Amino acid sequence: MHLPDGFLDARTIVATGALAAAGVGISLARFRAGANPRLVPLMGLSAAFLFAAQMVNFPIAGGTSGHLVGSALAAALLGPAAAVLVLCSVLVVQCLLFADGGILALGANILNMGIVAPVIAYAVYRTICRLIDGERGRVTAVAFAGWCSIVAAAIICSGELAWAGVAPWQLVFPAMANIHMLIGLAEGLISALIVAALTRARPDLLNLQDAGRIPTGSAATIGYGLIVAVALVLFLAPFASPLPDGLESVAASLGFEGRALTGSIMPAPIPDYSVPGIGSAAAATVMAGAVGTAAVFLMAVLLSRILLPKRRAR
Amino acid sequence: MRHDFLDKYSRRDSPVHRVPAFAKIGTALIIVLFVVTLPASRSSWFIGVGLLLLAIASGSRVPFPFIFRRLLLLEPLVIGISLLSFMQPEGWRAFVFIITRSNLCLLTMILLTSTTRFPDILRVMTAIRIPSIFVTIMALTYRYLFVLVDETERMRRARKSRTFAQSPGRQWRVLGSMIGQLFVRSAARADRIFLAMRARGWQ
Repeated sequence: MHLPDGFLDARTIVATGALAAAGVGISLARFRAGANPRLVPLMGLSAAFLFAAQMVNFPIAGGTSGHLVGSALAAALLGPAAAVLVLCSVLVVQCLLFADGGILALGANILNMGIVAPVIAYAVYRTICRLIDGERGRVTAVAFAGWCSIVAAAIICSGELAWAGVAPWQLVFPAMANIHMLIGLAEGLISALIVAALTRARPDLLNLQDAGRIPTGSAATIGYGLIVAVALVLFLAPFASPLPDGLESVAASLGFEGRALTGSIMPAPIPDYSVPGIGSAAAATVMAGAVGTAAVFLMAVLLSRILLPKRRAR
Repeated sequence: MRHDFLDKYSRRDSPVHRVPAFAKIGTALIIVLFVVTLPASRSSWFIGVGLLLLAIASGSRVPFPFIFRRLLLLEPLVIGISLLSFMQPEGWRAFVFIITRSNLCLLTMILLTSTTRFPDILRVMTAIRIPSIFVTIMALTYRYLFVLVDETERMRRARKSRTFAQSPGRQWRVLGSMIGQLFVRSAARADRIFLAMRARGWQ
């Protein structure tokens, strides 16, 4: 999902860059506000660890293989503020050492994989940890959070691509979302396997990270939530309108960008004739997404039971 | 270290390598910005940019097969996204335009990364006032990246020499605990590094 340069236009580069800078700024502020200096080497080593972990290929049927992205794992092990800094440095190093991901697209890549993914993952992780307690809860949570982080990053990414006028939303959204709903399964599974292995080998390490990480604080929580919300509204709202006019003007892209934005952000009344076809298609998409999400959650619960049999769990 | 081949060309010597890192990063940014903002009606300028990049590439003495392989490695995503623009009305034009544009950008970045040493880039970051915590984290990342990749390689070799045949499910579990073990070792190493840094008067 590392966007190279050449796909995003100037407007998207500026918007994503500003949001990414805000997110990284919050994390740096949190860190300065009183984090343990012991965390600095741990963050550096965690970033290097993610690199090394990404080089381990997991065989998937048919000769293909998947690897870890690690947003959810970093968020679960280090907390959101440290995870943002770690993922951000991974992305910068990937860009400046291996040319993986563009330099002007760095803002977009940091926003997608370094901020939206870990923040969403952490929110999901904490919620599920509260709902299901114990070690199984933790494994379920990290599996589901891994899937959610990949899908959320892919959806934001498709919004950015549509915004930049590379491809119409109707094409780029289903393509990105469908592929990454599958990739996300591997991510969730790998993250869960790693956390299950840590639970068996060094449970103290999981708890140590809980105690030693940067305290998030309510202001930072609101800040992260705000950034993700702004990103969602900014990049997805123009396309969420079911009006065919809005979609067509997006397809016409750059020259008509003003019309596309005003035509779709404004809550225009839906004309009668467009309700049955498009309304039901949108509803079907939402339904399919909800059913898929619920299925993945059940798989995560099941996975935690397989990975941590009863005698281990209690 | 066996894995320094990952960025071995950045430490060679050539006229391009000797240009200060600051100037190279600036030039790369300008080229990428120019290519990205060029309107489709002026696409003949791409030929000029391409020739310029080829000249830099031959001046840098980075082998062309290496550059080509890097380009090929990053190509699937480029083609995947470009294909989506292919499905628009008169999409082949947009397709060719976007593919050329992103490949020129990729070539620029590959040349930058394979002619500039990462510590020099970090020095530029310090000079332009990027927060020091961030630069420290990235310096540590770069320093230990190769160590941990080596460690992973050792674990993989150990696993390979002890297993004959295995089911895919079992294999995934073993790989999962391998990465878990890698994190345990990374965290332990981070503690030792912290003590060493403190002992030498860090912060």
